[in-house]
Amino acid sequence: MTRADLAPAPTGAADSRWAGRTALPGRPTHRARARLRALREQPGRLVYLTLVAVLFFSGFPLYYSFVVASRDNSALAQVPPPVLPGANLVANVERVFATVPFGTALWNSVIVSASVTASVVFFSTLAGFAFAKLEFKGAKVLLVAVVATMMVPVQLGVIPLFMLMIELEWTDTLWAVIAPGLVSAFGVFFMTQYLRGALPGSLIESARMDGASTFRIFWQIVMPAARPAAVVLGVLTFLTSWNDYFWPLIVLSSPERQTVQVALSTLSGGYVTDQSLVLTGTMLATLPLLAVFALLGKYMISGIMQGAVKG
Amino acid sequence: MTIAAKRTADPTGRSSPTAPRRFQLLRYRLDLKASPYLYIAPFFVLFAVFGLFPLAYTAWVSTHEWSLLSDAHVFVGLGNYQTLLGDRYFWNALGNTLSILLLATVPQLLAALLLAHLLTLRLRGQTFWRMGMLLPNVASVVAVAVIFSQLFGRDFGLVNWVLESLGAGRVDWQSGSATSHIAIAVMVAWKWTGYNALIYLAAMQSVPREVYEAAHLDGASRMQQLFHVTVPMIRPTIVFTVIVSTIYGLQIFAEPQLFGGGGPNGVTGGASRQFQTLTLYLYEHGFNRGFEFGYASAVAWTMFLVIVLVALLNYLFIRRIRSDS
Repeated sequence: MTRADLAPAPTGAADSRWAGRTALPGRPTHRARARLRALREQPGRLVYLTLVAVLFFSGFPLYYSFVVASRDNSALAQVPPPVLPGANLVANVERVFATVPFGTALWNSVIVSASVTASVVFFSTLAGFAFAKLEFKGAKVLLVAVVATMMVPVQLGVIPLFMLMIELEWTDTLWAVIAPGLVSAFGVFFMTQYLRGALPGSLIESARMDGASTFRIFWQIVMPAARPAAVVLGVLTFLTSWNDYFWPLIVLSSPERQTVQVALSTLSGGYVTDQSLVLTGTMLATLPLLAVFALLGKYMISGIMQGAVKG
Repeated sequence: MTIAAKRTADPTGRSSPTAPRRFQLLRYRLDLKASPYLYIAPFFVLFAVFGLFPLAYTAWVSTHEWSLLSDAHVFVGLGNYQTLLGDRYFWNALGNTLSILLLATVPQLLAALLLAHLLTLRLRGQTFWRMGMLLPNVASVVAVAVIFSQLFGRDFGLVNWVLESLGAGRVDWQSGSATSHIAIAVMVAWKWTGYNALIYLAAMQSVPREVYEAAHLDGASRMQQLFHVTVPMIRPTIVFTVIVSTIYGLQIFAEPQLFGGGGPNGVTGGASRQFQTLTLYLYEHGFNRGFEFGYASAVAWTMFLVIVLVALLNYLFIRRIRSDS
């Protein structure tokens, strides 16, 4: 930061000083403005250096967990600590699978996350279509209710939820984890916003003229049109579901029912913490996500940014 | 919309529709009227059953002496709340939670603001930097907690090794109150800074360029532009992130639990409860010792009130900043 940045801002209406003004008395020519913009936005070396540092801090903990996962425990006591991968990865992976039913846990997580994702995307598109393109009484109020529920900390309802699962005899089954995740307020809101812009009303009109029922319109016109947003919502939902921990920890007890996050915490909760074992498990649980991220990260970014502007 | 117009327009012109025609019309009207409600019903029904009802029912359970181990649910009024307010472990947990919340949220959102500011520049490889920034968010809270517990380890942790080579002494991160809060706050901030930076970036991109040009011609430096142009203009987004981070931060669970090793030491948040948060306290009473559902519900409902209160205070505070300037 330069010295000028640290100088106290002039007192007075500092914030609104420029906000309302879009042009100056002596308005610069178009070319001058373009040059000005280029000058102002040309990032210096310091900017890149900062970003590289940020990237380092973002990536290093994940990289380091891989280093620990590929070595044995005695390596951790070395001075200086190891910063390069070792040759023990395969042995550690085998130990993870021998200690907890990690394969089952991975599979359970796949089942839960896939079901939750499919359901959230479907129901969100359905409700989003209704809110965005159909007319009905109370639509506005109900949409406000959806937005409001996005802020409700439902995690605090765990105790009655647990009692409900006992009542339904769903405790220690994957159903108990899937059921509360079947719908998402964020999903409904996200889809409503998207379909408002992406779906021309005339298209629905002409389909109606041709005698198509509302559901047929949904199935043949809305679903294909919603695909880009469905991918974004799907990735975000899958990730959230895969990473869920608190509720699965409470409601799933037997080892062969655990999701991968719960298995991971079991692994780390031993009396003597076996670091390379624990971090190998962490790596195994994170790798699928990194693969998803590498393939679909762009969609995640656009999803987060779209949700932000409208949220 | 024109659907309504069409609905009235369609039947006219046919003075005496035949019976099958009338049936078709009826079906058409029913479809038009009922479909929207049918389509939003799954969301509202499922949310009511698995989200809203449990939360509301928590208040009812909290007025009872209610345990999983006994069938008798004795009504005790506000008794659980009385016990709760008299328990110094509860106040301890509340204090820890607020301390971790502040340590995690304030630096995180400031850093996110600065990062977003950098990302608005004309950078080469925009997607690359954004992806890099979001990378930590992909890791689960469990993974983050496990990895950082290792990094902050007393004996073999990398952080202590760096500190020692810099000449500072080793720190027993877990045993101290402040140090453990810092370690946990780092976990939260690491995971969420990039995510919030992207949210700010999206908001910043919708600020009209002319405003910056005017500010620039008036001689405002980039930092001044950030705090006097950008921040006021993206205030709704800032309010949004502050409230969301607060709601998240007040319910923090996995990070302290796993930092304490996952076992009994994790549930109490360290040997002297130095980093036990409210959700850990709830978990301890509700699911770890005797399934005291009544008491744990009182904890949950109190947390709910705290969350509403803190969110409201945040909102008022940020609004005040606006009216002051």
